[in-house]
Amino acid sequence: MKNDGPLKSRRRFLGAAAAATAGALATLTGCGKNEVEAFLQHNFRELSKEDLKQVIARLEQDAKRKYGKHITIGNEPALQGVIFGYALDLSRCIGCRRCAKACVKENNPSRDPQIEWIRVLQMNKDEGVDIAHADPYYNPETVPQEGRFYMPVQCHQCRNAPCTKVCPVGATWMERDGMVVVDYNWCIGCRYCMAACPYGARRFNWGEPAIPAEEINPVTHYLGNRPRPKGVVEKCTFCIQRVRKGRYPACVEICPTGSRKFGDLADPKSEIRYILENKRVFIFKEELNTKPKFFYFYGV
Amino acid sequence: MSIPSLHRFPGRVLRWGWFLAAMACLGAQDIQVPPPPFTEGIFPCTACHDGTNLKVNRQRRELKDMHSDIVLKHGPESRWCLDCHDPLNRDRLHLASGELIPFTVSYELCGQCHGEKLRDWRAGVHGKRTGSWNGQKQYLLCVNCHNPHSPHFQALKPMPPPVTPGSIQRKGGAL
Repeated sequence: MKNDGPLKSRRRFLGAAAAATAGALATLTGCGKNEVEAFLQHNFRELSKEDLKQVIARLEQDAKRKYGKHITIGNEPALQGVIFGYALDLSRCIGCRRCAKACVKENNPSRDPQIEWIRVLQMNKDEGVDIAHADPYYNPETVPQEGRFYMPVQCHQCRNAPCTKVCPVGATWMERDGMVVVDYNWCIGCRYCMAACPYGARRFNWGEPAIPAEEINPVTHYLGNRPRPKGVVEKCTFCIQRVRKGRYPACVEICPTGSRKFGDLADPKSEIRYILENKRVFIFKEELNTKPKFFYFYGV
Repeated sequence: MSIPSLHRFPGRVLRWGWFLAAMACLGAQDIQVPPPPFTEGIFPCTACHDGTNLKVNRQRRELKDMHSDIVLKHGPESRWCLDCHDPLNRDRLHLASGELIPFTVSYELCGQCHGEKLRDWRAGVHGKRTGSWNGQKQYLLCVNCHNPHSPHFQALKPMPPPVTPGSIQRKGGAL
């Protein structure tokens, strides 16, 4: 006979008890099995491989029900020895907002109420980077406008991220490859992280996210662009679902001026390292010691 | 103090020249570029500029019969077609040295004046690159983004701005 230690028996007992509770709750509350399972789901980082498989299957089922489309939810882990970094050429960006729209197309944020992870700020050349007078709503016939420059802002994937420190439940953290991610099923929607982020990079789902089925991107990642529920925070992940497979983020791929550069900070031969070593680099709000992995530079 | 002039060391200069040229060729082999963005039906140029029916006219002039759409707004006023296009072989461009190059490596020509840009472009910093951040990358030629005759980057219509907080409407209890 198999002899389990006291710890294992207890774990088995608790597991069985949880399953029984789930069954009882489902019967008593009239909630579906999926809702109860979602309620009892653990933090992503505590899920075993088997649990994660079940969670993903359930989430895919839910997404299919909501959008009538099959969505695959990946969970590719961080690549060994890679630290992702990003650089944006302020001297070349013309403020066309193609990045912000490509991001929406790729990352399945709500269309109504509208959520966009990238915000392009228009500022005056005479005044330099002056956030207090920046305009994100500019809409002239053509860009760039005379005397203006453009500064797109998105998550800076800080090494010393204030957002992850203030989260009371540990629903947001930095992955080994440097990506700051959110477990949308663990987030309680308190928005402390939004208050803590000095870059205004996080977005809250105030309403039930609405996305037309034909606009859904079916290739997703658990920690990235899978469909989100109402009441949770989301943000740029450098397109985790793409970059962990070797692709460039959607905003890099679309930029018509080639202002956006992406690569491995740990690789001395990467273009991102070339920029950091050879160009004039500007760290936004450097004085806050957030240590971003998103850099601005002047290529000209 | 006199600066050692190059003609005192022709052998050395020649050797270095060959070495650098070889390095440039080696570097160029890694670079995948799309075909040059020719106007449809315009290439090969020698279909018209064959040197027999159409003689070479080196006169600087306003083009009226053909290529009248080309506005030359690149560098000094004195710039002219034949500074870059080879008069005797129109299917090629020529470098300042007289060396002929195909249109597919036109970046070598651009790099004669814009050396810093060429260096950054090779490193993947100037201009757009697609492909894979940890694998094969595709470059664009200079002329894919900059019209060589009028190279200033063209203004674009911006995509719509984000909704302002004031325009968000409350909808039946939920936003």
